Amino acid sequence: MNKTWERLKCGMVTENPTFVQMLGMCPTMAVTTSAINGLGMGLTTTVILILSNMMISALRKVIPDKVRIPAYIVVVASFVTIVQFLLEGFVPSLYDSLGIYIPLIVVNCIILGRAESYASKNNIWLSMFDGIGMGLGFTVGLTAIGIFRELFGSGSIFGLRFMPKSYEPVTILILAPGAFFVLACIVAVQNKVRKYKEDDVKKGVLFCEKENGCEVCTNGMCKGKLFTAESVAREKEEADNARKEKQKNPSEKM
Amino acid sequence: MEQTMKISSSPHIRDKETTANIMGQVIVALMPATIFGIYNFGIKAFITILITVISCVVFEACYQKNMGQKVTVKDLSAVLTGLLLALNLPPDVPFWLPVLGSFFAIIVVKQLFGGLGQNFMNPALGARCFLLISFTGRMTAFTYDAVTTATPLASLKAGESVDVMSMFLGTTAGTIGETSAVALLIGGLFLLATGIINYRIPVFYLGSFAVFILLYGLAQGRGIDISFLMAHLFGGGLMLGAFFMATDYVTSPITPNGRILFGILLGVLTFLFRIFGGSAEGVSYAIIIGNLLVPLIERITVPKAFGKGAVKHE
Repeated sequence: MNKTWERLKCGMVTENPTFVQMLGMCPTMAVTTSAINGLGMGLTTTVILILSNMMISALRKVIPDKVRIPAYIVVVASFVTIVQFLLEGFVPSLYDSLGIYIPLIVVNCIILGRAESYASKNNIWLSMFDGIGMGLGFTVGLTAIGIFRELFGSGSIFGLRFMPKSYEPVTILILAPGAFFVLACIVAVQNKVRKYKEDDVKKGVLFCEKENGCEVCTNGMCKGKLFTAESVAREKEEADNARKEKQKNPSEKM
Repeated sequence: MEQTMKISSSPHIRDKETTANIMGQVIVALMPATIFGIYNFGIKAFITILITVISCVVFEACYQKNMGQKVTVKDLSAVLTGLLLALNLPPDVPFWLPVLGSFFAIIVVKQLFGGLGQNFMNPALGARCFLLISFTGRMTAFTYDAVTTATPLASLKAGESVDVMSMFLGTTAGTIGETSAVALLIGGLFLLATGIINYRIPVFYLGSFAVFILLYGLAQGRGIDISFLMAHLFGGGLMLGAFFMATDYVTSPITPNGRILFGILLGVLTFLFRIFGGSAEGVSYAIIIGNLLVPLIERITVPKAFGKGAVKHE
């Protein structure tokens, strides 16, 4: 069960496809002109990602290694076609505003990337949760960008007016350059936050639970890469020693 | 002996000229156009210029202070950016518009890319294009003598006749600093005379643009249409762009042939944007696209080092 949860968290936070892996930039830039478009695109991709991950995981022992990419494409394309017809039938407004980007989900690198790096090596259950996690991560990313662009570019969120009447929308944000500005700002902010967290990990502020295994460790930033239990203990000892040293000779402080 | 053995990396010859000195001279060269703009559009233009310059300086100082860098406001580059941006704005803009433009010019285009000398496009023009795309209505609403009028270029595009003499003197509608061709020419000649800018970019820019306008006139069967040519040369931001924007040290090529190529490229782009583009003006877009191509232009125009390039006899 822990592994399932870890898959979800990995997709949504630690390896968020939009903000960390920087995958699927084409739909990210093109369709996020409003929050609803971002949400729609994200959910559409999520559905396809879950289905294709499950299907590819189920077929992973059947698909020959040499032709795996064409095989993945066939699977993904079938699901995209199904979803496209469903959207056209039931949500025509979303279908119209997403336009060419729905068929282009076939070549979305998140879907192919998950198929290649996860679904083809793991069981159906985990692949499904990997799909849910990555898909929701993508949805969160797209919706966040969409919200910022819509708020500043047309003064509303999900079509509801948020800015005062006197606010003049900065039209450039709902045009192509705006996507780059907003994405860059969000990534910059989250990298800064992430960096603080990593610094905290290095300082030992976030504790390592290696004794219980990395899988259940609550510290998602480390995952056994940044430090080991021994290194934490050593660092703490060194810090303690330094503090004691300072207390002994306060004159040497400066 | 110690002196002669000193080893250091290039440059080995240093000039006494400082950044502040060069920026100061460019600002002096812009004064005729600025003063004429204030005379032409009144106190509003003066307030717009003041707001833009002050906010540019404040943004630069704040950013550098917060990032723990040395505050280099004294080199006047922020003042120049502010002045150029203000001269590119219509006189009747609300006060927040120049502030937003200054933010974009200084923070986004200049400082985020590393500050003076590192920006990949002219900050003032980047900000102008940002504002032009975002607030098209406000940026193209020109008033003259309290009456909303089209700029001469817009009238020209609509096929109306324009008064070339008033365009030369500057008593027309337009942005604060672009209207008076004669004031800008005085400033440009001052910069050429003091050696701050090289003749290559403005001459080849204006020259190639003029050639293409004449060819266009011929292609349309009007013969050599001098008044059309003059109207295009004196109209819009061409003079301001050619002498003050395209020659920006940071965003123009440093090789002599590169400057010629850059000038011709700008001329062609401006011609295409003005004649075939959707809006009447095309100088700012032409220059920022040219700015983006500068690294390529420099790469293909690197001069041969002395002794290199001869045919080898074997």
